[in-house]
Amino acid sequence: MELITTVFIAKAIIVGVVFAITLGVAAYSTYFERKIAAFMQDRIGPDRAGPFGILQPLADAVKMFMKEDFIPANSNKWLFIAGPCLSMLTALMTSAVVPFGDSVTIGGATFDLQGIDVNIGILWVFGIVSLGVYGIMIGGWASNNKFALLGAIRAASQNISYELAMGMAIITILMITGSLSTKEIVEVQQNGHWNIFYQPLGFIIFIICAFAECNRTPFDLPECETELIGGYHTEYSSMKLGFYLFAEYINMFISGAVMATLYFGGYDYPGVDFVTQQFGSNVASFVGVGALIGKSLGFVFVFMWVRWTIPRFRYDQLMNLGWTGLIPLAMYNVVVTGFGILVGKPFMVSIAGLVLLIAALFVYDQLLVKKKIA
Amino acid sequence: MEAFAYVAAFLIAGILFLAFILTLAKWIRPNRPNVEKLSTYESGEAPMGNANIRFNPRFYLIALMFVLFEIELIFLFPWASVFHHPDLEKASPVWSSYALVEMFIFIGILALGLALAWVKGYLNWEKPIAPSLPNDSPIPDQAYQKIRDKYVSK
Repeated sequence: MELITTVFIAKAIIVGVVFAITLGVAAYSTYFERKIAAFMQDRIGPDRAGPFGILQPLADAVKMFMKEDFIPANSNKWLFIAGPCLSMLTALMTSAVVPFGDSVTIGGATFDLQGIDVNIGILWVFGIVSLGVYGIMIGGWASNNKFALLGAIRAASQNISYELAMGMAIITILMITGSLSTKEIVEVQQNGHWNIFYQPLGFIIFIICAFAECNRTPFDLPECETELIGGYHTEYSSMKLGFYLFAEYINMFISGAVMATLYFGGYDYPGVDFVTQQFGSNVASFVGVGALIGKSLGFVFVFMWVRWTIPRFRYDQLMNLGWTGLIPLAMYNVVVTGFGILVGKPFMVSIAGLVLLIAALFVYDQLLVKKKIA
Repeated sequence: MEAFAYVAAFLIAGILFLAFILTLAKWIRPNRPNVEKLSTYESGEAPMGNANIRFNPRFYLIALMFVLFEIELIFLFPWASVFHHPDLEKASPVWSSYALVEMFIFIGILALGLALAWVKGYLNWEKPIAPSLPNDSPIPDQAYQKIRDKYVSK
């Protein structure tokens, strides 16, 4: 009984810590988003609140709390509140299965540095991400505003289209590891056997889909200011708007963490054995946590970088990319991976597949595309 | 089962967190509504008609196709976790090849369905048609023909 209580308290602490990490990183992502944008546009960025503007997220939070909140008279009140809450909740729930680190031993008890080690880990992430559509859809519909409705429909359509290619990219990872548990997926990749080497094409598909699922530029058509005012959150103000915006940053961090878990070895880092020998396994685990968070932040930086590099797509381009670009590519990737595992040389076959694909695209380009122009 | 109790714990913690934030915000923010503030925002104009407007039916087509492909995807998940499983491999040495060929047929049908939808034009989003501007220029249209021929023929 006592052991169960200890384990439960430990789990409660881990739940709290996972939430705190996610929310803290998301809060500071808003600051770094503005700083990085400023750097790329040769500006200074926020610098008034505290040294280097470091208290800016706090000031933003206070503003969100203090602003008056409207619920439009024509809206469906409960759904209007449920929308952003659902968005935020789904964003938070995905963090539960991310394995932040290996296990640590404190006072004779061993704890996994992971919210929950369910055996269907990656399926859980996939399911919760698809639920995220509802948050936007409900919010946009309940606002009873034309622009919000259009934004919500765009978001739903975009998310479901990119989910298919994303699912197929995940399936190739499952074929390699043979397990749905995120922990096992990471353990297979220890000592530098990262999936990125076996799945370069899968990773490209996955990162594009992650951009689309997070509604980030160049796929931010649901909140496209030039066409739809604010998109699905046109009618929102105060903390509910804050939830929507915050959910986007949490999703960015979590998708970075998931990409690190699936393709970049999770909490693996060069020299694990050396650190374990020198300082013990606990220190090695905590360095691993740092490695995972570092990798995720690297991906968050890529998200921000792309935002100021690539302009927004047109809607038909977005749909064409999803259905006629990424889904056939993902199918091809599944076939190539299956063949590679069967032959017993996954690395060679994946590289051969990539080379074959590029050659085919080049030939297609030479033969067909130029004729079409003429 | 135990793991799913923690899932519930996560869910409850999340809901409590959201409820706490929303209640706190409700306490400290001002609340002075009036008719203008509560009206629907439509770029500053008075809102017209019902907001549940008609939209492009292609969104429904996309949703239908998504359901089809998602179900096929769900069949792929269990397959991926037993494909190349060591125990099954031991039981029959041809297991992996058998599973792979089977799945090639399955993905083939999936790809065929996608190709059909593609050829039939269900994936074509309506592209904006650029309006042809009236030619008011004093230069006759034939004058450009030479330039067009030069570049188009290449």
